[in-house]
Amino acid sequence: MIEKEMRVRRIEHGTVIDHITAGQALNVLRILGISGTTRAVVSVAMNVPSGAIGSKDIVKVEDRELKEEEVDRISLIAPNATINIIRDFAVIEKYRVDLPERLDGVVKCANPNCISNTNEPVISKFMVNKKPVELRCIYCDHVISEGIAEHLK
Amino acid sequence: MMLNHIISMKDFSRDDIDIILKQAQDFEPVAKGRRSNLLSGKILATLFYEPSTRTRMSFETAMKRLGGEVIDLGSIESSSIVKGENLADTIRVIGNYADAIVLRHPREGAARMASEFSKVPIINAGDGAGHHPTQTLLDLYTIMRESSLSGLKIALVGDLKYGRTVHSLAYALSLYHADVTLVSPAQLKKPEVIKKDLKKQGALVSETTRIEDVVEEVDVLYVTRIQKERFPDPAEYQKVAGVYRVTEELLKKARENLIIMHPMPRVDEIDPAVDRTKFARYFEQSFYGVPVRMALLAKAMGEL
Repeated sequence: MIEKEMRVRRIEHGTVIDHITAGQALNVLRILGISGTTRAVVSVAMNVPSGAIGSKDIVKVEDRELKEEEVDRISLIAPNATINIIRDFAVIEKYRVDLPERLDGVVKCANPNCISNTNEPVISKFMVNKKPVELRCIYCDHVISEGIAEHLK
Repeated sequence: MMLNHIISMKDFSRDDIDIILKQAQDFEPVAKGRRSNLLSGKILATLFYEPSTRTRMSFETAMKRLGGEVIDLGSIESSSIVKGENLADTIRVIGNYADAIVLRHPREGAARMASEFSKVPIINAGDGAGHHPTQTLLDLYTIMRESSLSGLKIALVGDLKYGRTVHSLAYALSLYHADVTLVSPAQLKKPEVIKKDLKKQGALVSETTRIEDVVEEVDVLYVTRIQKERFPDPAEYQKVAGVYRVTEELLKKARENLIIMHPMPRVDEIDPAVDRTKFARYFEQSFYGVPVRMALLAKAMGEL
């Protein structure tokens, strides 16, 4: 435990995203809109040994709580992630991400000829299959099952 | 109120299909000219963003024989579409003029999207390489009238990758537990995801590249045109053009009661000499589009 706390120090306020699938931390940052120009205090740990899932990534973002839509996106690339909301150094809420049955406006359809990839006034809409993770476009029926992170809007 | 949109075969249960096929049979005398005023006072709008002969004309015939009227977009070049109007706006405007809209559009998912904006029923007459449910229903009707939907062994031949009619048809056939053989050149095989879907539905699906392998065994040979317009690369089209040709010679080994279907237009995949054989049913099939579309129009407009 001590070693773990040394690795990524405790935060006073903000969100700890734990149990991220190893290798996905940078995609999580991308989902949160965090780039090199961010002013937020962000800690990233990658390939941390984890009893539950072998190895994992961790992202800590200070002074920020995530929106539902952001959590939905994270659930797509890190289905085992847990979200810990921290206030005054205490975990006040902890939950595991859960893929919703419908994802609206989160992923771009991979079919270039899909009506959702035009100037029509619609957002992308997908039905979600959880195991294995597969997204089916409700407009054109195209299924995305691999490289989902590449299709995130 | 829930509108009776007709978008994809996946929205239909086996029972829904059986009801439509039964109603289509009731409409056959009207399709042949007996007067009906069932849809008198109703207006159908046809919106074809891609060329169509059979589908558009058979919808018009079905509507007019039921006493209704038809308005259309005219040529795309002289319409608001060249001014850059999007489909969502066009649908909302036309919905003020008509009781139902028949839509053909080059983009997959166009009909589903149109149904989200429309206050009148949308009937999908083909969306890109996606769905074409009214064609599928008339195909099923043809099989019911000319062969049998129970214990059916059918081969789908030709372009199984780009051909929209075969995706919808294969799906519907799975509801009847048909034994389906897919016959296509390797480049035009049915996409894996669709095959997986079919198997999940309980369909018996096998594949071959040789039409000779299946002709002795099937009740229905469903032949499709290899569609030049859907190939991104003309060289790819040349490699597969004319690879299958149904001839009298090939049919020597066929079952007595085999029927040959084709959604038309054909190019050279069925030799014209085959038209004179007892097997040919593609012209009957194109007639059956009328009673089936009558049943669908009546359903969409709430008259059934």
